[in-house]
Amino acid sequence: MTEKYTALYEEHKRLGASFTDFGGWQMPLKYSSELAEHHAVRKAAGLFDLSHMGEIKVTGPDAGAFLDYALVGKLSAVKVGKAKYSLITNADGGIIDDLISYRLDDETYLVVPNAGNAPVVAAELAARAEGFDVTVNNISDDTSLVAVQGPNAEAILLALVPAEHRDAVTGMKYYAAAKVPMALGAWSAELLVARTGYTGEDGFEIYVPNDAAPILWAALLDAGTDRGLIPAGLACRDSLRLEAGMPLYGNELSLDLDPYAAGLGPVVALSKEGDFVGRTALEAKKQQAPARRLVGLKGAGRRAGRSHYPVLSDGAVIGDVTSGAPSPTLGYPIALAYVDTAFAEPGTEVQVDLRGKPEPFTVVGLPFYKRPS
Amino acid sequence: MSKVNAGLRYSAEHEWVDGSSPVKVGISAVAADALGDVVYVDLPEVGAVITAGETCGEVESTKSVSDLYAPVSGEIMEINQEAIDNPALLNEDPYGAGWLFTVNTTSEGELLSAEEYAEKNGGEL
Repeated sequence: MTEKYTALYEEHKRLGASFTDFGGWQMPLKYSSELAEHHAVRKAAGLFDLSHMGEIKVTGPDAGAFLDYALVGKLSAVKVGKAKYSLITNADGGIIDDLISYRLDDETYLVVPNAGNAPVVAAELAARAEGFDVTVNNISDDTSLVAVQGPNAEAILLALVPAEHRDAVTGMKYYAAAKVPMALGAWSAELLVARTGYTGEDGFEIYVPNDAAPILWAALLDAGTDRGLIPAGLACRDSLRLEAGMPLYGNELSLDLDPYAAGLGPVVALSKEGDFVGRTALEAKKQQAPARRLVGLKGAGRRAGRSHYPVLSDGAVIGDVTSGAPSPTLGYPIALAYVDTAFAEPGTEVQVDLRGKPEPFTVVGLPFYKRPS
Repeated sequence: MSKVNAGLRYSAEHEWVDGSSPVKVGISAVAADALGDVVYVDLPEVGAVITAGETCGEVESTKSVSDLYAPVSGEIMEINQEAIDNPALLNEDPYGAGWLFTVNTTSEGELLSAEEYAEKNGGEL
């Protein structure tokens, strides 16, 4: 696979990042210490390059109806300026990807799939558009995405927004988006700003054309340094999202898994009118209890369960860890795991096989970490 | 680039050994940097006998866990409780305060010179 680089690659190199391959992209894993970056996001703010994520624009009179058919949620019911988390499944109800869709105006949505899945999702959407009056336009290659996450995110973003437009930011609710004018040195523009994220903190995700991404990045770093902002890589992004109990495609979600097992049943709008891809299969799956369910696990010791480690009860394998790490914020090991439904109740005592040594873990509710409100 | 301490010898599995008696053992900066922030260290107990080339503990970082291999054979004389209490020492000072244990050596495994280790692992002497 050809290595892909974001428009911010040179900035990352300048900042001394170490890199990792993620869905074919060379992405910053960390700049300094992943623990320091993790804590900065929880206590102040972190700056992320998420340009590897896909962006697919869906435009046309049928845009809402088309997404109702192509995704499992009822996207036509999303108000302009709001966002919705949804899934795209195949006809068997298997999860192709999880994604966020923003309704930008009556006839325009921006659909954001995960890095490695973006080409597949774009192709699926294009194929499913037949018969609908819509245009599906994959703008991933031209679009960068920069996120500021953490309790100081709003203050940092406001430093780049002209005073008369501050309300657009301060009044923005979670899972909403708007075009916000920004002054970035000599350059000014309206950028799509969304109050979304993958860290469990307040924060913003800003969509920007590739050529302006380095300017935005530098402006945010400049505005944020005094407010505790540091650049943050994928390593801490993973520990942050795990604490927030958010699934990662490829770990908690896959083609072999359906939304009900993943605990995402409420995302499937079986009540919506008309057919959608996967409806028949998902209706059937809803009737039968899933054999395994996604749960949270809290470790009693200091050692963490990791992806693919067996979950045990009295020596018998009852599940598999999908993601696990020592939680930097909570101070104990946490994991997401699929376990047999009989063991899915919070409070259930299980063990995780840590390379041949079973260690005690307890099933707990999700998320592991919730930000103080 | 990760530092390779010139005064030490190294196993292919990234443990270092000094020249004292009993020998002191730790992991290289190359290994510590690759692991990321170390959050947990599992060491053999004092009095345990370890065998060169075999696993004798674990080093766990936020993102992964690695086995610790014995670079020499012999009896564990002392373990570094400070490194167990504060595993970040392995990142901060891998050749100093982040040492792991000492061994009364009966035989050695295959050890590389600092130059050989640096060349093989891209470290900086």
